[in-house]
Amino acid sequence: MRRWLPFPWLWLSLTALWLLLNQTMSVGHLLLGALFAFVICHGYRLLEAPRATRRGPWRRAAVAVRLLADVAIDIVRSNAAVARIVLGPGARARTAGFLDIPIELRDPLALATLACIVTATPGTSWARYDAEGSILTLHILDLIDEAAWIRIVKDRYEARLRKIFE
Amino acid sequence: MTGVNDPGLAVALITAMLVVAGAALTLVGALGLLRLKTFYERVHAPTMGSTLGSGCVLLASIVLFSALESRPVLHEIAIGVFVTLTTPVTFMLLMRAAMQRDRIGGGDGRGETPNGDDG
Repeated sequence: MRRWLPFPWLWLSLTALWLLLNQTMSVGHLLLGALFAFVICHGYRLLEAPRATRRGPWRRAAVAVRLLADVAIDIVRSNAAVARIVLGPGARARTAGFLDIPIELRDPLALATLACIVTATPGTSWARYDAEGSILTLHILDLIDEAAWIRIVKDRYEARLRKIFE
Repeated sequence: MTGVNDPGLAVALITAMLVVAGAALTLVGALGLLRLKTFYERVHAPTMGSTLGSGCVLLASIVLFSALESRPVLHEIAIGVFVTLTTPVTFMLLMRAAMQRDRIGGGDGRGETPNGDDG
């Protein structure tokens, strides 16, 4: 199975994407999409060595859904926060700055996902990741409570990403 | 398009609110790009347009065309996914370029340029 179809989840999502883009559920497109996804999965194997199967896909999926929901809430919240900063009077006390966060995430996919989350929430941006020291540097627009930001990144995102990817 | 071109009042209202909200968020983001002082602060603002702003507009599109065509129209989700996946790439390039410029300019690589030019 592994040899024949190296990345079953990637294959499934690419097939779904093909159907979504073509807006159809017809058998012809289903087969065509499945074939393209199959070829791409084999191409992807050249880029990345297959890893050990991760156990408990449903438990991981459940964590992913909860993470996604929280990220959606955070996106709405941080949009409101940044809008207040932009529209509010300039005199309001606010410090923007860099924040170093020690993180234990190692998996490249998990780090990429974290980068997507950080970039997708206005008010936080990814500045640097030091793989040797495992230090993630973020730039934060409203850096009043450093501990709170570290808590958000570590407990809300990192802990769940580790459950999903490691 | 198969149905008549009238989505009904409720759908029209929801669509209009979502489009206006999305446009307003993107506008505030653009304003932030103008108003904030340093490069690092500025990059935060346009993110509003690329996340919740575009999200609202895409949701409006889903609602309107699903109602007009009487079937779920969902390929807008793909747009949202692609925007989310690709934004960090250019974003990190910009950040790294700015930090590199600051380092060369004699700063410590994390703050503003010494001559106060925030590009």
